[in-house]
Amino acid sequence: MQITFPHMGDMAVAVKALFQELGFSVVVPPPISRKTLNLGVKYSPEFACLPFKINLGNFMEALDKGADLIVMGGGCGPCRFGYYAEVQREILQEMGYEFSMYVIEPGIINNIRKIRETFGPLPFRKVVSAVRLAWNKARAIDEIYKLVLEKRALEVEEGLVDKLYAGFIRKIDETMSLDEVRRLRREYREKIEDTSAKYKRGIPLKVGLVGEIYLVLEPFVNLEIEKRLGQLGVMVERDLYMTNWLLNFLHLRNDEKHIRRAARKYLGSFVGGHGIDSVGNTVRYSRRGFDGVIQLGPFTCMPEIIARSILPAVSKGEGIPVLTFFFDEHSADAGIQTRLEAFVDLLERKKRQRMKGLEYKGEIVYGQ
Amino acid sequence: MASEKYYLGVDVGSVSTDLALLDSFGNLVEKVYLRTRGKPVEVLKEGLRIIEEKYPGIEINGVGTTGSGRALAGVVLGADVVKNEISTHAVAASRIFPDVRTVMEIGGQDSKIIIIRDGIPVDFAMNSVCAAGTGSFLDQQAARLEIPIEEFGYYALQAKNPVRIAGRCSVFAESDMIHKQQLGYGLPEIIAGLCEAMVRNYLNNVGKGKEIEEPIVFQGGVAANVGIRAAFEKELGCKVHVPEYYDVMGAIGAGILAREYILENKKKTNFKGFKITDFAFKTSSFECDGCPNHCEIVNIYENEKLIARWGYQCARWEAV
Repeated sequence: MQITFPHMGDMAVAVKALFQELGFSVVVPPPISRKTLNLGVKYSPEFACLPFKINLGNFMEALDKGADLIVMGGGCGPCRFGYYAEVQREILQEMGYEFSMYVIEPGIINNIRKIRETFGPLPFRKVVSAVRLAWNKARAIDEIYKLVLEKRALEVEEGLVDKLYAGFIRKIDETMSLDEVRRLRREYREKIEDTSAKYKRGIPLKVGLVGEIYLVLEPFVNLEIEKRLGQLGVMVERDLYMTNWLLNFLHLRNDEKHIRRAARKYLGSFVGGHGIDSVGNTVRYSRRGFDGVIQLGPFTCMPEIIARSILPAVSKGEGIPVLTFFFDEHSADAGIQTRLEAFVDLLERKKRQRMKGLEYKGEIVYGQ
Repeated sequence: MASEKYYLGVDVGSVSTDLALLDSFGNLVEKVYLRTRGKPVEVLKEGLRIIEEKYPGIEINGVGTTGSGRALAGVVLGADVVKNEISTHAVAASRIFPDVRTVMEIGGQDSKIIIIRDGIPVDFAMNSVCAAGTGSFLDQQAARLEIPIEEFGYYALQAKNPVRIAGRCSVFAESDMIHKQQLGYGLPEIIAGLCEAMVRNYLNNVGKGKEIEEPIVFQGGVAANVGIRAAFEKELGCKVHVPEYYDVMGAIGAGILAREYILENKKKTNFKGFKITDFAFKTSSFECDGCPNHCEIVNIYENEKLIARWGYQCARWEAV
């Protein structure tokens, strides 16, 4: 049995650790590339969203490398996603691939039986240690990446933060020891902290990222928007992380309460996907004094379209600039870069004006 | 004259390459508007030559570039500021109309709206999926109807009852125009209908959800078209101001930002001087086969020396 699963950000590191620790062999799909995208686009329904297409590309590349069991998310909602696994299965079967698919559905009892059928009996102790290792890897990655989002804006040597992060991911992927994971987490926390200048000039701009989870987490599909922002000297923060999402999903944490409360003035009901999160978190970032918010979503994404049409009211009501990007396979670098630069300029001028108060108007900015 | 300090703003766009020469106060001294004709570097050199001939021996204190060719123009000239076209248009509009609250800009292949409050941009949008309402399409239609583009707008003004043209997509708009033509509608009516369709399209796409308030400034190459101007005024029900130098506003903005940058940071300009008009610039591109991304890498050479490279996604080609 050769297990594979779709990519989403650096999630593969933790998922791979989980299955390997359980004693299975894993085929990680090759990193998402233009080839993945082209494969996915070619065999997907045109109006499916970008995550669907990339998933399918991942599966094809992994099956070509010998995988025969696909593990995929399912469920009833929170958007069309619940139906994706079924459609992808049909498409792949029609293409002649031979494989089985395990779809993670809600309901524990149901899952336990299905897990036993698919994976055979799993000793409890083994499950505990595998989950612990995977969870610690995931936590470490999310913690370090959170720091990356902040420190990219401040780095002295251009590109150093990203170089360190790539090294961290490589090392944490290699190790199977819990102690080593913890050690790496400490080591790289310090290393990345050290990349910023001791004497900062001014306060960097801070932008909150909201939107659909796949588009926020996967740099390939959002055209590395976080990196672009970092290079423009902007600190980025987001609420969406794999571990955070999982904790909420398992009801071990309840961010939803805060999000709903924050969103209430603008949106009173769950609209699928991360729609209410986009609205609620925009309000929360604004209250925390962020300079702006960027919303990301795949083209044709219903929950984010709803959020998109509410965000202008939030922007006005809370006084925070909001920029929205919808991505599909036609999205191009140049357009994204121009809008980002303009947005950052806008935030900078707004901040300067706020800091200088009314003096600003009299200053020679647009000439005499 | 030689003691005066000048600033140069350059806007390399899809259709036109504009140069704006500003004096030490940031006022426009000279503008050059040239068609890019797919040869940005050659046209840029031509523009510099025109300025050099007219103002021999002047000292350029700072250079700013903007437009879709801003990065290329930036390395060719040695620019101090390389700015996106949204910011430069906003700056230029506020300079000329300090009270402006809405800037509408329609260029060769993009159109944008910038909302300005108290002198600073607070919101903006750009056409994202389609270029139906931009200059290139008008150019194409003018050529098809064999009307000089400069006169295109005046035809629209003669119309008594503009016909309704479907403006959502330029291909369908063209079919619809031909259809109306075959039905026997007059040319002015059809052109006026096209102008109205483009304005509707702009307001529904780019202007969607934006608070369009007076005073409104309309700039970019398409602002020359009186038909579009009239259609905007009719649709919005208020006056639309077109600045005198509507066609080089991006370049003016780039020049103003270069001046601001030089003065604020007390820097010396990186401008390579007018001698670059004699330099040979060459570009070459190749497809990297390092991974399945197959990045198309572009090299920019100045007199056989590699001065810039872009198109890559990883560290492999970072060193120049």
